[in-house]
Amino acid sequence: MAHLHVDIVSAEHEIFSGEAVMVFAPASQGEVGIAPGHTPLVTQLAPGEVRVQLESGEEQGFYVSGGMLEVQPHVVTVLSDSAERAEDLDEAAALKAREEAERVFHDKDAKIEYATARAQLAEAAAQLQAIQRLRKRAKR
Amino acid sequence: MAGAKEIRSKISSVKNTQKITKAMEMVAASKMRKAQDRMKAARPYADKIRNVIAHLGHANPEYHHPFLTPRAEVKSIGLIIVSTDRGLCGGLNSNLFRETLRRMQAWEEEGKEIKLCIIGSKAAGFFGRLGGEVLGQLTGMGDTPGVDELIGTVKIMLDAYIKGEIDELYIVSNDFVNSMTQSPVVEELIPVEPEQQDEYKHHWDYIYEPDAQEVLDVLLERYIESLVYQRVVENIASEQAARMVAMKSASDNAGQLIDELQLIYNKARQAAITQELSEIVSGAAAV
Repeated sequence: MAHLHVDIVSAEHEIFSGEAVMVFAPASQGEVGIAPGHTPLVTQLAPGEVRVQLESGEEQGFYVSGGMLEVQPHVVTVLSDSAERAEDLDEAAALKAREEAERVFHDKDAKIEYATARAQLAEAAAQLQAIQRLRKRAKR
Repeated sequence: MAGAKEIRSKISSVKNTQKITKAMEMVAASKMRKAQDRMKAARPYADKIRNVIAHLGHANPEYHHPFLTPRAEVKSIGLIIVSTDRGLCGGLNSNLFRETLRRMQAWEEEGKEIKLCIIGSKAAGFFGRLGGEVLGQLTGMGDTPGVDELIGTVKIMLDAYIKGEIDELYIVSNDFVNSMTQSPVVEELIPVEPEQQDEYKHHWDYIYEPDAQEVLDVLLERYIESLVYQRVVENIASEQAARMVAMKSASDNAGQLIDELQLIYNKARQAAITQELSEIVSGAAAV
């Protein structure tokens, strides 16, 4: 009997990896069922449940909040999103990060004084070195 | 017994400090292991996407996504700086900033503009003092950041690239070599280096839903997000490792200090007893 190798991964961790006989996924154009030997396919996923039918006949369900589905004849990969994604949500997140930057870096000069920067770093490095030297001396 | 009380209280205060640094060392060690696990867990996702992208690039040589195409003229560079949120981690951040400044200055000498995106409050503080053009920033992620927290900051830079405000995107962060060594690395994010794989010699193609371009757009965005996420998690592992080492040496130093103080205390005590004895003896002799 033909098998499918199924990997469900998100950016943060691996969710499922194993053999299956059939996979159902909520593709953006409607639910798809994938049997072994399916033609290669890449599609976006809508939020919903990915169901994996194991050899034992048991069925396992995994909720995905969207992502991508990649199908090769004997390999199915679900790249699950780790968060609810939508264009306007992403836009809001970007706006927030930009506002945060403007709040903190408001009225700062866009030109970096490399000399000052290096002086500050050198100071920090010198402090560390001094501590190390002191420690060596103490050990002797 | 002059000073004995002062020495005793000093010893106990150093002991308290040592307790704290020891606790911090152990906390850092366990957090480091967890961060390392997360580093490993994040890898399959990026690998899988890289495979699909390589495949797509191979199957559709005529379609060039802007993220995959190097620009002829590079006038402006985007740089994501990943630093820690907290201190007490040795020279980790200052090493990172030194390397960052070295690269930035080299770019500036080539006449390229630099636009920054800052992750972590240490870098925010540093570049807040120095200035520099900052497009976005993210602080206070804690020890277990999620990809969802990074979406906004990454999107700013991707948008800037698409609008032509930046022509290349780099990320600088600490590379976790092992628990004793962390080194700052600069990595190129855009243009994405397509993976060269000889095994993609066959000529089949995917069916794309809704269409190839849209799929590739989403995939590349997710791919870059996952790369940034990996760097952030790796930086946290580096932070914890550096803190562990720093706290270990702080505990060792406290131990040494306690030994020294103990010696001084014992000497002072002995001197006091000797003095008292000689006073009694001389007192008895006088009677």
